[in-house]
Amino acid sequence: MAGEDFYKVLGVARTASADDIKRAYRKLARKYHPDVHKGAGTAEKFQAVGNAYDVLRNPEKRAAYDAYGADWENPPRPAQEGQNWDGGFGFAREDMSRADAGVFRDFFDAFGSRGGFSRPSPQQARLALDLEDVFAGARKIVGLRMPEMDPQGRMHWRDHKVVVNVPKGIGEGQHLRLKGQGAEGADLILEIALNPHPIFRVDGRDISVDLPITPWEAALGARIAMPTPGGKVQVKVPPNARSGQRLRLKGRGMPGAVPGDLYASLLIVNPPVKTAKAREFYERMAGELKFDPRKDQGA
Amino acid sequence: MRLANREHIEVIETLTLTELSAFCHVQADWVTSLVDYGVLDPLGGDAADWRFSPPNVLRARKARRLTHDLGLNLAGVALVLDLIEERDALARKLAQLGY
Repeated sequence: MAGEDFYKVLGVARTASADDIKRAYRKLARKYHPDVHKGAGTAEKFQAVGNAYDVLRNPEKRAAYDAYGADWENPPRPAQEGQNWDGGFGFAREDMSRADAGVFRDFFDAFGSRGGFSRPSPQQARLALDLEDVFAGARKIVGLRMPEMDPQGRMHWRDHKVVVNVPKGIGEGQHLRLKGQGAEGADLILEIALNPHPIFRVDGRDISVDLPITPWEAALGARIAMPTPGGKVQVKVPPNARSGQRLRLKGRGMPGAVPGDLYASLLIVNPPVKTAKAREFYERMAGELKFDPRKDQGA
Repeated sequence: MRLANREHIEVIETLTLTELSAFCHVQADWVTSLVDYGVLDPLGGDAADWRFSPPNVLRARKARRLTHDLGLNLAGVALVLDLIEERDALARKLAQLGY
């Protein structure tokens, strides 16, 4: 976060008015809201925009930022008694001196909206899993940052790690309850998210994958090995298979009491013509196979 | 480091109105309004018997974030969530067609 220019993050000039800053923030908040746009890095951008706005919306913090830049939270002034607050939250210190549990809860609430994606709140956290974890079951460590009150009534953060045995077959959007693992012995609820997979797409309990095949496998039919998240399996490509045709592998989707299905979309890939021999072969096909795929289009 | 034993981990099937409200840090009235707007469709008849499934819990969380972050009202949230789901369904269809 340090080194990021808050004005650049919001795309406004240093002389921008409070209204300009508000408008820029609203526009970017819509653009990068992780619930609206799932693209890579949107959550981080949204967080950066929120952090920048948190500072620039507040005249005092903005003045400190203008004067001290990235070190605005620790300006060179007489040290103050207090805690080492996490920089990202950007509390004004005056606020904290009157922090009690109730007020704190309200603050935390406000973070739930902006910080919830990458900074877990006390009783809830998000756990991003790879598809392989879901298939094999996995042991994951969840890092939590919890507010704690010391005997003097001051709040401070405590880092805390919880080891979670992820049950097999848990899906996107499901939740896990970990009894007594949250702040002050409360339950910890984990929201499960699935990291995008380079090959497999998950849709509820079903999984789809593109399955590249050769023209001769498509024409003649073949038994081929294909990848599934649970390992390779043999599948039968029917003769005269079409590109885009879908094969269903029952029960090879998300594991569970009622496992989902795996759908493989056939994708015919032509070998590129790189040699004279290959060219000759294609030319022979063109001559011998009378085939016009556009004849129904009247071309 | 504390180890959460397997027997202490429970996959949540449904949440009650009280549980969902606490989970989202909102008043039960707000959740009830989401039901009135059709954003959530709990199982069970009366509010006391409502059970919210995981997709409902997710929608409630999203609704909460959208109202907070973007200043949407409930009608706006309902519309945005519908449009997002429609867009995601189309994106899945496109992906299946190989685009």
